[in-house]
Parts: sequence; C-alpha cells; structure tokens
Amino acid sequence: MSELTALTLKAALDGLTAKRFSSAELTQAHVDAVAAARALNAFVLETPEKALAMAKASDARRARGEAGRLDGAPLGIKDLFCTEGVRSTACSKILGDFKPTYESTVTANLWRDGAVMLGKLNMDEFAMGSSNETSAFGPVVNPWRAEGGNAALTPGGSSGGSASAVAAELCLGATATDTGGSIRQPAAFTGTVGMKPTYGRCSRWGVVAFASSLDQAGPIARTVEDAAILLTSMAGHDPKDSTSLPVETPDFAAFVGKPVKGLRIGVPKEYRVEGMPPEIDAIWEQGIAWLKDAGCEIVEVSLPHTKYALPAYYIVAPAEASSNLARYDGMRYGLRVEGGNLTETYENTRAAGFGAEVKRRILIGTYVLSAGYYDAYYLKALKVRRRIADDFDQAFEKVDALLTPTAPSAAFSLGEKSDDPVAMYLNDIFTVTVNLAGLPGISVPAGVDKSGLPLGLQLIGRALDEGTLFALAGAVEKAADFRGKPKKWW
Amino acid sequence: MAIDAATVRKVARLARIAEPEEKLETLARELNGILDWIEQLSEVDTTGVEPMTTAIHTPLPMREDVVTEGGDPDRVLSNAPKAAHHFFVAPKVIE
Repeated sequence: MSELTALTLKAALDGLTAKRFSSAELTQAHVDAVAAARALNAFVLETPEKALAMAKASDARRARGEAGRLDGAPLGIKDLFCTEGVRSTACSKILGDFKPTYESTVTANLWRDGAVMLGKLNMDEFAMGSSNETSAFGPVVNPWRAEGGNAALTPGGSSGGSASAVAAELCLGATATDTGGSIRQPAAFTGTVGMKPTYGRCSRWGVVAFASSLDQAGPIARTVEDAAILLTSMAGHDPKDSTSLPVETPDFAAFVGKPVKGLRIGVPKEYRVEGMPPEIDAIWEQGIAWLKDAGCEIVEVSLPHTKYALPAYYIVAPAEASSNLARYDGMRYGLRVEGGNLTETYENTRAAGFGAEVKRRILIGTYVLSAGYYDAYYLKALKVRRRIADDFDQAFEKVDALLTPTAPSAAFSLGEKSDDPVAMYLNDIFTVTVNLAGLPGISVPAGVDKSGLPLGLQLIGRALDEGTLFALAGAVEKAADFRGKPKKWW
Repeated sequence: MAIDAATVRKVARLARIAEPEEKLETLARELNGILDWIEQLSEVDTTGVEPMTTAIHTPLPMREDVVTEGGDPDRVLSNAPKAAHHFFVAPKVIE
C-alpha cells in the first residue's frame, strides 16, 4: 500500500473524508513503512498497537460524523514531547525508561483533532545538536544520498528523526522543536517543509525543556499546506505555559495559495557570508527571482548584528540549559547511579546519564552564570540579543518578510563535523537569529545542489504573522516545483 | 579569560557532573575553543542597551493561588528510581 504513504497529509485527509480508504488501512500502510525503514533509525520507539487502536477509534468517529481536522492521520512525534504512558526520553540516557503520567499540550491538541501516533522520533540528546549524532540511540540517517555515492548523510538536527521520517514517507507529518534551527535546518537537509512559529504560539507545557526563552514547537511536513494544517492544530493558548500567547489561532491553511503580489521582501546583505558555497548563493538568487515574478518588491535590508547571533546564542542557550537540566538529579525519575553520599550520587548520575555535547553545554552555561563571569558573558549576550531583535524591528518597518538561505550547505556526511563543536554550531548561522528575536521562520525546499541533495530557502516574518509566511512559502513552493524524492535504498 | 583544568574541575563540581581528572585538560581545551569564538561579542557596543530576557512583550499572567490538581502520589512517584511509603527515597544527608 505504498501509494497511501506517498499521499500528502491534505490528500490523505481528503481520501478519508471521501471514504476511499479507512484510517486503519492508512495507518497499517505507515506502520509497515516504519517497520521496513529501521536502517534510517528515525524512530526510537514504534507504537504500532497504539496507532492501530487510535485508527480504529478514528474510523468509528468518522462513521458517526464526528471527524476532527486531522482525524485518522498517522503522525510521528519527536521524543522531546511527553506522551502519557509512552516512553519519552529526549534521546538521553538520563531519562532512562521515563513514562510520563501526562500528555504535552501540543500532542494533546493533535489527538483532540483525531491524529494517530505512530511512535517517537529520534533527535539530538535534549535537542542539542545539528546532525542527530548526539542521540543516545545513535544517529538518524538521511534518506537522501548524493548522486553516485552511498555515504550515510546526516538529516540535520536536532529534529533529524522527524525530518527523515517525513522525507522517507514513514508518516504524513511530524512534530518537531526549534531552539536555534532544529526544525528548519533538518527540513532543508531532507527536502521537507519546516515551520518554527512565533515564540509563544505553541505551548511548551510537557515539552522537555532545553532553553526556555528560545524553545518552540512546530511541524515538519512534505508540503507548505500540510505544515499549515498541522500548525493550526498544534498551536493555541495554554494557561499551563505562562509564555503561551493569549491569541486566536487562524486557519493557517487558508493562507496557502493567497496572492503575494505587492508584498515587500527584504534580502539581508549580512547573510551573504564568506565561504558560502556558490550553490547556496544561486538558490537564494533564484528565490529572489521567483518572488519578483510573483509580484513581490525586493528590498535590500541590513541586519548589522547577524554575525553576533551565534556567539550570543551559545551563551544564552547553555545558560538556560544548565539551569533547566539541573532537575536531572537521579531522585525523582530516570537514571540513578549511587555514590558514597548525596552529592556523589548526583555527580555519578549526571556523569553517566548525559552525553558529551550536553555536558559541554552545561559546563559552558554554569561557567557563564558563575560569580565573576555573569556580567562579562551572560548579561553581555542578553544585550546583544536585544540588538539583534532591534535589527529585525527596523527591517520590518520597511518589509513584510525576509528571504534567506536556510543552511550554509546541503546535508553533510555523518561524522564529518562531530569533532569540531564550533564548525557544527555554524550550521545554524541563518536560523538562530529568529529564535533570539522570537520570530516565525519557515524552510521550503527550493532545489538541489550539484550532488542532487536538497537545498532550502527560509522566510522570516513579523511576530504572529505566520499567515504571510505561509502565503509566501506557498509561492516559493509553486515556483520551485520541487518534486524530488529520495531514492529508496533502506 | 582562559579556562584551565582547575576551573573545569570547579565548574564541573558546581554543575554536579563527575569528570575524571584525565579529561579535564581536554575539556579545558574544548571550552576555550568555544569561549574564544564567543569573545567576538566584545566588539558590539552595548552601552545603554537593556538586556533581553524574553521575546514576550506582554506581562506574565497571574492566576488564582489555588490547588488545581494533586492528591495523586502514585502518579507522582511512578517513575521514581526509589520510593517508599509515598515518598522519594534519597541518600541520607544528616548523620
């Protein structure tokens, strides 16, 4: 039934509505696809029985005429989301066999609308990474391979499992999270669409915390419209998250296909970085031409503090992480490694439970928050963060959205950058500014590089203006007409 | 502000992560690599700039100070490495 897994989410929902197939059939096709794709290591936990039970319940709802927006659609869930009674680990050994006794708000919203859970998706440990190599369950493999080669490529990170599963047609869409680019960079590396909404659009309740002032959930999907449908269900005000915005959630799918004529698109000159491959520059120029053809006005803008965003992020995010991850002490849940006394038990538990990159970030965070360094590092970074947000405010006085590349390269080989933290961090050079300012950003597949690997373009919008981004992303998607699919080797 | 092995030992202690002596030099080198790169922030003039602690522009909401849920110790303890009599069991801290 591979034709069922090749459907877009929208087409699958239409097929369910027209009763061309049942959710049980659609879900079984996906359960089979997941089981046949273990070479990708995209899922860290498959829940086929739960999926089929949810599908059956969905078919019963539909028969009663009570189908919701996503009723019967099988999705993958990033392992950062707590799912009641289903192991949730953030792909860290320290959470062990943690089975939440509660459901994250975002996933609860999806189940409210009738979606079906196929299982939990692999990711970098605690969402810290850009290649999925820091996962305690091992790296995810990108379904895409370079033409004429069979080297294993990274799907990006941290939402590598989500991106890989969507690209390989193992699920109709997936939840993901983005703290510095973790939705958009994997989407660009796998030829999928990834939307990081405005900070506060999706509730963080029940999502394992990394850096609370930056973390935001969003969808990865195969089309712009699918991403819009998913976000409409995921988003919404939640009193359980004090930073959840008390705003209405529009029907985002209604924006896809809207004319973009007359919109002003900013092209930030600082994103033309040294050493950027010519193909990235070319796809960016192509994107500018497409939007011009669609009737947009192209305006050069300046975001002068762009180059300082990553270094500021690598103070702010580790500082928040060192505080958030203090909760893993071996007392209430997860791993415990006994020592001679309480402090030793803490130290042994955390030494055995956290991986190398997570430890590195906790140490950096602890250092920049420690007495004597707080002002020089942490406070300085928060002031630079303000400068970066101010740059965007000024740009949005002149333009309606910004167009940039999503990542500085196509997918690279597993292992290629894992020995050099700073080289790995530079993956997020075009995405991290958006998190610091709390703005929405979407990555759309726009073409391929000379090896046939997908490249993405990013659109950045004003706070709470995801609608304009969906309209523009739809226009780019239509112009790019990207129909590439990874050749099945798994 | 270069970090040496002694600083790593101190920070690891603050972070409650046991790091073996033989790893301290390597960690110091890695952390210095990252901090050297971060050092470029000093080029930015931030005189008079308010630190940005959140991307939310509205004041945090207040709610009534009332119990919303609770009274379910079995659920609370269901993932505990050690529990007894509806309590978490921690190593002894008072002799």
